[in-house]
Amino acid sequence: MNVEVIQLTKRYGSTLAVDAIDLKIPSGAYCCLLGPSGCGKTTTLRMIGGHEAVSSGAVVIGPRAVGDAPPSERGTAMMFQSYALFPHLTCRDNVAFSLRMRGVAKAERRTKADAMLDLVQMGHLADRLPAQLSGGQQQRVALARALVTGPKVLLLDEPLSALDPFLRVRMRVELKRIQAELGLTFIHVTHSQEEAMALSDLVVVMNGGKIEQAGDPRTVFERPASAFVARFIGGHNVIALPEGKVAVRADRMRLGADPGAGAVQARVLAVEYQGASVQVALEADGMTEPGGLSAVLDDATFAGRPLAPGDRVALGWDPDAAHRLDA
Amino acid sequence: MSDVALPALADAPAKTEQTETPARPRRRLPYLQAAPMALVFVVFLAIPLLLTLMVSFWEYNEYEIIPAFTLQNYRDVFEGCGNLADPCTTVRTYLSTLKFCALTLAFTLMVGFPVAYFLAFHVRSRAVQMALFLLCTIPFWTSNVIRMISWIPLLGRNGLVNDTLRSLGVIERPIEGLLYSDFSVTLAFVHLYTVFMIVPIFNSMARIDRSLIEAAYDAGATGWQTLWSVVVPLCKPGIAIGTIFVLTLVMGDFVTVGVMGGQQIASVGKVIQVQMSYLQFPAAAANAVVLLAAVLMMILGLTRVIDLRKEL
Repeated sequence: MNVEVIQLTKRYGSTLAVDAIDLKIPSGAYCCLLGPSGCGKTTTLRMIGGHEAVSSGAVVIGPRAVGDAPPSERGTAMMFQSYALFPHLTCRDNVAFSLRMRGVAKAERRTKADAMLDLVQMGHLADRLPAQLSGGQQQRVALARALVTGPKVLLLDEPLSALDPFLRVRMRVELKRIQAELGLTFIHVTHSQEEAMALSDLVVVMNGGKIEQAGDPRTVFERPASAFVARFIGGHNVIALPEGKVAVRADRMRLGADPGAGAVQARVLAVEYQGASVQVALEADGMTEPGGLSAVLDDATFAGRPLAPGDRVALGWDPDAAHRLDA
Repeated sequence: MSDVALPALADAPAKTEQTETPARPRRRLPYLQAAPMALVFVVFLAIPLLLTLMVSFWEYNEYEIIPAFTLQNYRDVFEGCGNLADPCTTVRTYLSTLKFCALTLAFTLMVGFPVAYFLAFHVRSRAVQMALFLLCTIPFWTSNVIRMISWIPLLGRNGLVNDTLRSLGVIERPIEGLLYSDFSVTLAFVHLYTVFMIVPIFNSMARIDRSLIEAAYDAGATGWQTLWSVVVPLCKPGIAIGTIFVLTLVMGDFVTVGVMGGQQIASVGKVIQVQMSYLQFPAAAANAVVLLAAVLMMILGLTRVIDLRKEL
């Protein structure tokens, strides 16, 4: 089901957590709300899910505005950051909880819960208590519990942040598989741009309660709308030129010979070897940038012309790679 | 392979000895820290209990107690208890005490659970929670006996309650059963012991992750469903600890039953106290041992149902 928010606002006293945002999420899309902590992404998610009262504006899920309807009437289900599994219930009973609340008969409840646990590959541990499971397994159970009532929209609040990096990548693949299999709309809150890039059809970058940019990951990466987006998404240098700010991807920077027009002298601050590529941190006169400048070279190029901290080098970029920023 | 392993094994003891030497004084410290409390337990709990057990096997007459080994005191306790149609004094006393236990438990739970719920879920700030807790303990700033005696002018035949009801014209003659009755005893117990129910239940509730409540709401649970399916099950250890407090306090009580019951109501503690006052120490000791066994059995039964280790 498609989800739309219209002039959605959340006020806590005098502070504005979410500032009149408009957003359309098409049915079956994987949407990531991306931003630093305190940017209003979680509040937005909770308002869509009915866990936070709306100060003004509207949430429309499918054909109707949901108003103050409780989550179960919205067709949404939420997966909580800390999983929020009931510690006194087995995995099966956790998954069957919402069915029990709806008065579904025991046998049917059990069948459905077991089917859901199988979908997330947890069928063999159905009788365990949450405390007896690893983080990744708890996550799968939480996912099964959210999916069991057949929601049309699944809301995920930083679902991968508690996992170790290796598991995070595996669960990412899993989430995408389940989303594609069930054809649901997923709205996923994260502060990791890598996660957002990997998963989403629609990235919504938020900052200070507002949406900075919403688009498919490629658009957001290729043509960041603002300096904030360029910096937050990473891999970009924001360079202030007389005619305005431009964003240049770090891998399109040129070092040494043939640096292109407008090249400046820069000093190498640090060199980081990253396997397939080498990241060079630089400092150039008249190009101050809070995060510092960086250039990413592929390892063969770097090996051909190695650099060490303290070296001075000419720094430029592909003119085609410079992307004008509005702000 | 064993060739390689052997030198490693030979090395091992030497290594542990090296690391042990500096650690030794530190390892003694925890025992020293626990020693004062252990001493108090041994001197004031373990030794008196053993003495009581010992004396319960002694003989006694009107003038003296005689070291011996006899089961006569226990036989006296259970004399004539085989007849279920006409229960013996001991059984009737225990039934009366158990009745007060049940009533006190029911009412302290009924009063304590909502108070704990309010404190845990509705009071947001820690400071206010603490202030309200202190408010609950105000009754404990005066002695137990004074608090009970102050019920008398309130509940007596010409007490405040009867006077008020009469002047309002609700009743014509004073209600007799307010004081020196099962009612007044239960009232005093509930008044005294509700705090012992509130604190452990609050403790359990404070540990409930708020996102569990949200998860229940997300799953479509109503307020009552959340209470019964999530909050109450997770409060079970707290309820069990509160129950243990109330059980042990009421089972051993003789002052409250005496003062509030007008010395007319029997209780196990009262029986022991009377025997003590007649210097029948072996009989009192036997009764005390039976009471201890009964309470321990009740607590054992409770821990079978609820795993208390989760709370510790």
